[in-house]
Amino acid sequence: MERMQQVVGRARAAFNSGRCRSLEFRMQQLKALERMVQEKEKEILAAIKADLHKCGHNAYSHEILGVLGELALAMDKLPSWAAPQPVKKNLLTMRDEAYICPEPLGVVLIIGAWNYPFVLVMQPLVGAIAAGNAVVVKPSEISENTARLVADLLPQYLDRELYPVVTGGVPETTALLTQRFDHILYTGNSTVGKIVMAAAAKHLTPVTLELGGKSPCYIDTDCDLAVACRRITWGKYMNCGQTCIAPDYILCDPSIQSKVVENIKVTLQEFYGEDVKSSPDYERIINKHHFKRILGLLEGQKIAHGGESDEASCFIAPTILTDVSAESKVMEEEIFGPVLPIVTVKSVDEAIEFINRREKPLALYVFSNNKKLIKRVISETSSGGFTGNDVIMHFFLSTLPFGGVGNSGMGAYHGKHSFETFSHRRACLIKDLKMEGTNKLRYPPGSQKKVDWAKFFLLKRFNKTRIGLIALALLGIVAAVVIKVSSGSLLSV
Amino acid sequence: LGRVPVAVRLRATWFSGKMRPMEYRVAQLEALGRFLDEKKQDILEATAADMGRVRGGLGTGGPHAEFTEILLCKNELHETLNNLSRWMKDKHVDKNLVTQLDSAFIRKDPYGVVLIIAPWNYPIYIILVPLIGAIAAGNCVIVKPSEMTKNSERLVAEALPSYLDNDCFAVVTAGVQETTRLLENKFDYIFFTGSPSVGRIVMAAAAKHLTPVTLELGGKNPCYVSDTCDVQNVARRVAWGRFYNAGQTCIAPEYVLCSVEMREKLLPALHKAITDFYGPKPQESPDFGRMVGDKHFQRVQTLLRSGRAVIGGQTDEKDRYIAPTVLVDVQPSDPIMQEEIFGPVLPIVTVANVDEAIDFINSRERPLVVYAFSSDDKVVNQVLERTSSGGFCGNDTLMHVTLTSLPFGGIGNSGMGMQHGKFTFDTFTHHRGCLHRGMGREALIALRYPPYSQQKLGLVRAAAGRVGPWWLVVAPRSRLWGERG
Repeated sequence: MERMQQVVGRARAAFNSGRCRSLEFRMQQLKALERMVQEKEKEILAAIKADLHKCGHNAYSHEILGVLGELALAMDKLPSWAAPQPVKKNLLTMRDEAYICPEPLGVVLIIGAWNYPFVLVMQPLVGAIAAGNAVVVKPSEISENTARLVADLLPQYLDRELYPVVTGGVPETTALLTQRFDHILYTGNSTVGKIVMAAAAKHLTPVTLELGGKSPCYIDTDCDLAVACRRITWGKYMNCGQTCIAPDYILCDPSIQSKVVENIKVTLQEFYGEDVKSSPDYERIINKHHFKRILGLLEGQKIAHGGESDEASCFIAPTILTDVSAESKVMEEEIFGPVLPIVTVKSVDEAIEFINRREKPLALYVFSNNKKLIKRVISETSSGGFTGNDVIMHFFLSTLPFGGVGNSGMGAYHGKHSFETFSHRRACLIKDLKMEGTNKLRYPPGSQKKVDWAKFFLLKRFNKTRIGLIALALLGIVAAVVIKVSSGSLLSV
Repeated sequence: LGRVPVAVRLRATWFSGKMRPMEYRVAQLEALGRFLDEKKQDILEATAADMGRVRGGLGTGGPHAEFTEILLCKNELHETLNNLSRWMKDKHVDKNLVTQLDSAFIRKDPYGVVLIIAPWNYPIYIILVPLIGAIAAGNCVIVKPSEMTKNSERLVAEALPSYLDNDCFAVVTAGVQETTRLLENKFDYIFFTGSPSVGRIVMAAAAKHLTPVTLELGGKNPCYVSDTCDVQNVARRVAWGRFYNAGQTCIAPEYVLCSVEMREKLLPALHKAITDFYGPKPQESPDFGRMVGDKHFQRVQTLLRSGRAVIGGQTDEKDRYIAPTVLVDVQPSDPIMQEEIFGPVLPIVTVANVDEAIDFINSRERPLVVYAFSSDDKVVNQVLERTSSGGFCGNDTLMHVTLTSLPFGGIGNSGMGMQHGKFTFDTFTHHRGCLHRGMGREALIALRYPPYSQQKLGLVRAAAGRVGPWWLVVAPRSRLWGERG
């Protein structure tokens, strides 16, 4: 507890010193972070491999490439993101300066998850640094190799007081959450999400919660099944199903269920070969606890493919379940594993109704050649994000805000959205100390005349033609004069 | 009064999707406009009765009530109605190389059933602004007006439902206990305006359901007055902001920071401003308000014991009247400097210079607004740059909230989230990232599929290296096609 107080206290003192406010400083830190990712790529890939049995290709594409992209974007855009943004003025404020000033929040906390252990701390970190904050980074202890690496590397490249790394498990995180932060970004599950938000409430700390849920994947009868199934297979079984936006389960018409299974089987063969266990491209379950949890979901289910497992290596084969009942255990919680249930529905109406009866998911997927059908599903459902005719991919477009809704979370980040999440947009109005004339219409003693003028200035809307603006300006001057004259006469009464 | 049935009814409507089409939202908003027109007298009378704004010669409640409770609301309505179709549209976003041929956009989804909890100080205005945004964003709305202002509460509970569709809108009247019970229900968004201590309770309740919140709270808004300024103008603007609604305004200047020399000039100027505004006997002025209730009267009266009253200081318990008061010789540790005054009392704290003022401000919780007065732009900018607050207004008070293009909200203890204009619409909207791809071009996608040979990884690296990794992540159309930014 005391250690946490010290770490956070030091970060706050460092923030208050003001050194992370200048854009030069922020750029310098971002550049250092970029150097870190480039120079230590081998170590990073090795740590991720040790934690998740993830091959170089996946680790590079999913975790390194994205971070480098965010860094390059932030460094390129920082001056424009951080610049004050002038806003449209009304007649009353015509002669004033009015703008929105993005400012850092202060000391922010980033709590990472174990499934993409590097990118899930790094991507928010980029945004938090760019926005000028001090950042306490708490990587997940479950992906212990990556956690240890992040704790080693960050102090070697970044300002040690401003960006400390805190490692540890539940007791350390609980102690950390008693400290006061100016924003907390948490990635993980809904249960802990509630605990984080409750802790934040004590300090009135705003939060961004990137949670999860069961992301549905509806396959229409009118679609290229081979393509759809290949894309779904890729998204479902990457990282051994341990992806917050993996298609959790499939909804499709019973008439195409067996074809879906066949196509996925063929794709699995293409991807991982005959013996999945010996494919270097197939990951493992993070630990025994989750291994047992996922296997438990298979009880009583019709296994159309897969089901093999090996506890010693935490291996679970890519598995497909058919004719799954909506009430079964595998349909209750987020699977977060290489098990794909297929639930049959007779129509897109039934699919929409099924989806809407459940908690709002982090992602929603629809495969169809029918554009109107896809548009309809988007309009009649709610989810954090959506990809049509593919899976996962909305995550990689940083101009799209990435976040959940309802049980799948609140707030969003990626790209400029990260910068905005970690910034306070401060409204600034700078008026002239002179020009008291127009102010007189608002001062007591009140009068109907003053109300009428106020109505005019506030509510009258003009076309923005040049003549209109000149007329506006003239009107303003006339009004000021009239009021000066009339208030003079009122005072003499 | 079944609270749970109300939420149930609204949720059933939510599933029907009735409130989502633009025509529906526009109709509801126009109905709100009619409410403001047709019920104007009732609104002014109710707020006058609640806030003790005595019937004046030129209309009940005095012109100020009309300004906040009617005009500012209409301002928001106009802004919303004029822009709604644009705000509702999908926002298409710049795409990266990989998604160049896809459709990528942000869909503006309503949250669902939202709860607005309103305070008592501007009973109609502070309900209507979030209500306008919530309806504009396509939500079903439950409004809980403050139980402290009984007349306004009754007006809202009786009149509003006759203008709005009761399938999508409900008013719940509740005291502290029932509000606690109300908060046990699940809402899809909670918008709360009130004190930081209750804000914590609301957020803790919201955490149980993972409900996102906007909290418009308060604090002590500092007002720095530099030595170089037009003293009479400053005094008028500060007095107006402080004594408006008898000080019961979340963005009122709570205390002045200035040098001893400036204080000596400010005091007579403040005295003149107060006399110009309210006459020699403010208790008789139709433009000066009262404390909303006995408890608040007593609370503020107790705070008067700090320092020394050089202007005002008189009180009248039966009338819940506290005179426009200026206090000097106030210590930072005095009770009046520990809590939000929310009354017509202005302490002046002396500081040696602007640096000391900034240090003073920064040693306290971040307020809803920081005010700075100076004819020297540099001084105003210094205070702006070296402090942190919800908003900032230089050389005036309160006015930043009349501009709907500026976000209104707090930071730290003064709150989270924002409202006014489009910001209210955005607050009640889930911004959903959507990517709509085609089924073709499978060959291009194959790079991402296993098995991963060294060759494949090499290709990925090469692509990243050649165009720079951020092009893979985002490449604005303008850059790609050479258009102007």
